[in-house]
Amino acid sequence: MSAAAPTPLVIVRPSRARSATGLLRGTGAAGIISAVVIAIAIVLAIIGRLVAPYNPTSPNLGLDFIGPTGGHFLGYDFEGRDVLSRLLAGAQSSMLGPLAVVIGALALGTLLAVIAAWRKGAVDAVISSGVDILFAFPGILLAVLAAAVFGAGLTAAAIALAIAYMPYVARVLRGAALKERSQPYIAALEVQGASATAICLRHIVPNIAPLIVAQATTMFGYAMVDLAAVSFLGLGVQPPAADWGVMISENQVGIPEGYPLPALAAGACVVAVVIAFNVLGERLFEQAQGAR
Amino acid sequence: MLVASLLVASFVIFGALYLAPGNPIAALSGGRSLPPSSLRVLEARYHLNQPFLAQYWYWLSSALHGNLGISITLRENVSSLIASRVWTTAGLVLYASIIILILGIGLGVLAGLRPGIVDTSALVTSAISAAIPSFVAAIVLITLFAVKLRWFPALGNGTDFVSNLRHFTLPAVALAISSLAIVARVTRAAIREEADREHVQTATSRGIPRRQLVRRHILRNAAIPITTISGITIASLIAVAAVVETAFGLNGLGAYLVQAAQSKDLAVVQGISLVLVSAFVVINVVVDLAYAVLDPRVSLGRRAG
Repeated sequence: MSAAAPTPLVIVRPSRARSATGLLRGTGAAGIISAVVIAIAIVLAIIGRLVAPYNPTSPNLGLDFIGPTGGHFLGYDFEGRDVLSRLLAGAQSSMLGPLAVVIGALALGTLLAVIAAWRKGAVDAVISSGVDILFAFPGILLAVLAAAVFGAGLTAAAIALAIAYMPYVARVLRGAALKERSQPYIAALEVQGASATAICLRHIVPNIAPLIVAQATTMFGYAMVDLAAVSFLGLGVQPPAADWGVMISENQVGIPEGYPLPALAAGACVVAVVIAFNVLGERLFEQAQGAR
Repeated sequence: MLVASLLVASFVIFGALYLAPGNPIAALSGGRSLPPSSLRVLEARYHLNQPFLAQYWYWLSSALHGNLGISITLRENVSSLIASRVWTTAGLVLYASIIILILGIGLGVLAGLRPGIVDTSALVTSAISAAIPSFVAAIVLITLFAVKLRWFPALGNGTDFVSNLRHFTLPAVALAISSLAIVARVTRAAIREEADREHVQTATSRGIPRRQLVRRHILRNAAIPITTISGITIASLIAVAAVVETAFGLNGLGAYLVQAAQSKDLAVVQGISLVLVSAFVVINVVVDLAYAVLDPRVSLGRRAG
């Protein structure tokens, strides 16, 4: 036998994360309907302000709480502004806020989960107990604290919620990352001299991606509820800016007077979007779990 | 773990508000300029001339003795302000918890044991109600039952037990509605999973009566995830109560916390946050203990993966 050429290492790689359309197709009819609702909400968040038929922020006190009339399908709010226009304009902050929360929580949570799963041992212990302690802060409470410290506003509330949601991401993803870490192909890559960062970014994260997407989807719904709640409490988006949470809060005065429509319409927007995110998130979770 | 969590939580609460912009002396003097001698007296009295850790220690040790400082807006003791409101929040959370446990678990068990139309309708209803935020539930309930039907009062606390029950019913339902759906869904899934297990099928084939099967083999095993989810959701009510209290004008801790955050009454924010976070942590620990009692495989002090 001559000095054999080095045997090429055959690495069996688990299939990469499926494409977005493939993920969606697996969620069934309810999933697809939810995705459509979400798509509409996203489009409105982008162009809502432009297609709003009337000025969403200029009050006209003579018209307060007038019901639906021709051209004003949802009537006027407590300051005589067109409700439909305010709903359309409000889509932006109502959707952008949760997006920021989800991105923040996912980035932080995934980073910690992957580091904990990769280094194991003491690092894992420190991260895991840190995460456990953060569980002590319910999201809304942290957001109220942030408002007390930094003043009311969407930014402080979104950062606070991202921190409060991070532990949930980190806990779920750590488990998945640990499982992935123990796969033989990872050990093979390590032997080949691939750097830890490269393995984590190119193999572990893509392989837990379906779970990350599922979590992001479910979390978006929760973030929307919590942020709207904070705005409802007067500690988030500040009036006169249009925002669904703000609209519910400011139009509460109409309820005892028999004009619940503006507040209910804004509430319905929140509920519709949240149902869509919950249902889609649940389907994506089932799929991600089924694939493992 | 309990003590560590509480210590870190108290540290975060104190630290965050310590960093808050604004000078505590200015708040105490009401913006007037004071002669240096009285400034020094104030600094010494509130330990403001001490390093951060020492201030934290003073705050924590007096908090443990029930002294949480003085509200700058109401000029009253924070502890007594909290004590006068704690029962509103506790009552509201308790009422909502009872609703969640009875209806949530009840619906879940029903849906889990009866596949078909009952199950499907329970699933659809719970998918919708899980997405209803407490404040949306609040405005819908007020519109329907307080304004239209006039069955319940819309705002405020009651005066005695019976009127309290009437005043708290709508808030408790608003608080319970989304958690109830989550508990129902988890319960249904747990029942379904246990009912499909081999030992249950074996028992069925041996002719063990359905009742006994459900009680001894399905419910007992399903009790573990049901307890966990009930505990988690009930603990989370403590924070959401702030929203419901505000919507219904109840003078509970949460509504007061929100007012204090708006008016930057930091001693009150610190005090209430500490109370709420402690309650949250303690409930979670109680759930962990219940978990160990229900599942002999779990031993305390050792945590799974």
